[in-house]
Amino acid sequence: MQIAYAIIALGLIGLLFGLLLSIAARVFAVKTDPRVDAVKDILPGANCGACGYAGCVNFAAAVVKGEVAANACIPGGEETTRAIAEELGLEVTDSEPLIATVFCIGDNEHAADLFIYDGVEDCEVAGRFNGGFKACGYGCLGLGNCVRVCPFEAIEIGSHGLPIVDPDACTGCGLCVEACPRDLIQTLPRRSGQGHLVLCSSQDRGKTVSKACSVGCIGCRACVKECPQEAIEMDDKLAVIDIDKCDDCGRCVPVCPPGTIYPRTALPIMPGAIEQNKEKAEAVSSEKGT
Amino acid sequence: MERLLAIIFIYILVDNFVLQRFLGICPFIGVSRKMETAIGMSMAVIFVMTMATLVTWILNTFVLVPYELEYLQIVTFILVIASLVQLVETALRKISPTLYQGLGIFLPLITTNCAIMGVALLAVREEFTFVEAVVFGIAASIGFSLALVIMAGIRERLEMAKIPEALQGSAITLITAGILSLAFLGFSGMLTL
Repeated sequence: MQIAYAIIALGLIGLLFGLLLSIAARVFAVKTDPRVDAVKDILPGANCGACGYAGCVNFAAAVVKGEVAANACIPGGEETTRAIAEELGLEVTDSEPLIATVFCIGDNEHAADLFIYDGVEDCEVAGRFNGGFKACGYGCLGLGNCVRVCPFEAIEIGSHGLPIVDPDACTGCGLCVEACPRDLIQTLPRRSGQGHLVLCSSQDRGKTVSKACSVGCIGCRACVKECPQEAIEMDDKLAVIDIDKCDDCGRCVPVCPPGTIYPRTALPIMPGAIEQNKEKAEAVSSEKGT
Repeated sequence: MERLLAIIFIYILVDNFVLQRFLGICPFIGVSRKMETAIGMSMAVIFVMTMATLVTWILNTFVLVPYELEYLQIVTFILVIASLVQLVETALRKISPTLYQGLGIFLPLITTNCAIMGVALLAVREEFTFVEAVVFGIAASIGFSLALVIMAGIRERLEMAKIPEALQGSAITLITAGILSLAFLGFSGMLTL
């Protein structure tokens, strides 16, 4: 008999609450656009925020409302854009896949340190302390703000003290670009590694640069003069290569005295690669007798 | 009145639910990484815990005790709390979307939380009156929030600290929680009901 009471009592309570919930669901029903859910399912779901919205759901809602273009999801890339466009019946506009590129090769072997830093592991904090522990005021401090912000684990700090971008994992979302307090990272169109780059961001005078870092751009203009495509221009005291104009002839690489120019196919710069490139460049220039 | 004040003091500091009774450890560790989420969770817990104590007390006094079904307490309370949270969530979504955005994700998390269950069961075991039970619910949830917010503050600072590799992650979190618990031990025995 006891068990019957228990079953009846629990059953009644359960029924009561069930009814209450179903009534509540009716009374408090909120209409949601089914297309928002459909778009949300297409998105990668990383909630990285690269699109400028708080999360994938918010982005989905904005796309459905037409506030933002379907190709704004950078990690999702072309496939996602196409799937969303198909779902919503929009026209596809292609977006070029990007990759994060670090514009500094002043690793712990080639860039001089001013002092030993033993503080908070944060580039922003370290950079504000006496202008950073590196002699170069523009160089990478290697404390990994970009690593921590990356939702795809595409960046790590190598044993040489510089970030290494994994080209397979990087989606070009650009979060690291914003995270770097020294603005050393840019997202560039991938184009299977076409073009050469001057991997330095220093705006210091040549003398100051060479004191602080043996692989920094000294602003000597040798590459500017050498380039047959006129793809290299001076941005104040720093040479900058326009990868749209660069045809990968590679003539700028050996003429660069500090060896700062790299073909993009050589990226990411692994530990030891800097020494090799320097030796190679030196060998070529001594052959030419310059 | 004095007894109510004593209940508030005891369940916030002396008999803190997280740090002295070790209830609700999973949200304590889980959502204490950021102050913002910790505060959101705290609000949700205060809300649900108070509601849960209120409803379970009524149900226990007017249904379970008269029909001698006290042995069904745990099952009924789970049922009640789960439905209650669900109900609140549905209502909140319609009535106040902003509040839903803030609390929404935390509400389902605490449905089956042991701290909520603990409050409901303890309110019965301590034979509190109705007002006492509700005050007990509020005090216990404030105690929980206090622990959670302190923990979040500490963990936000730990993010910036150099921690030996072997201790990174959950290890340092558990050590922190242990030390925090020891600190609260200082209140023990200050006041009893």
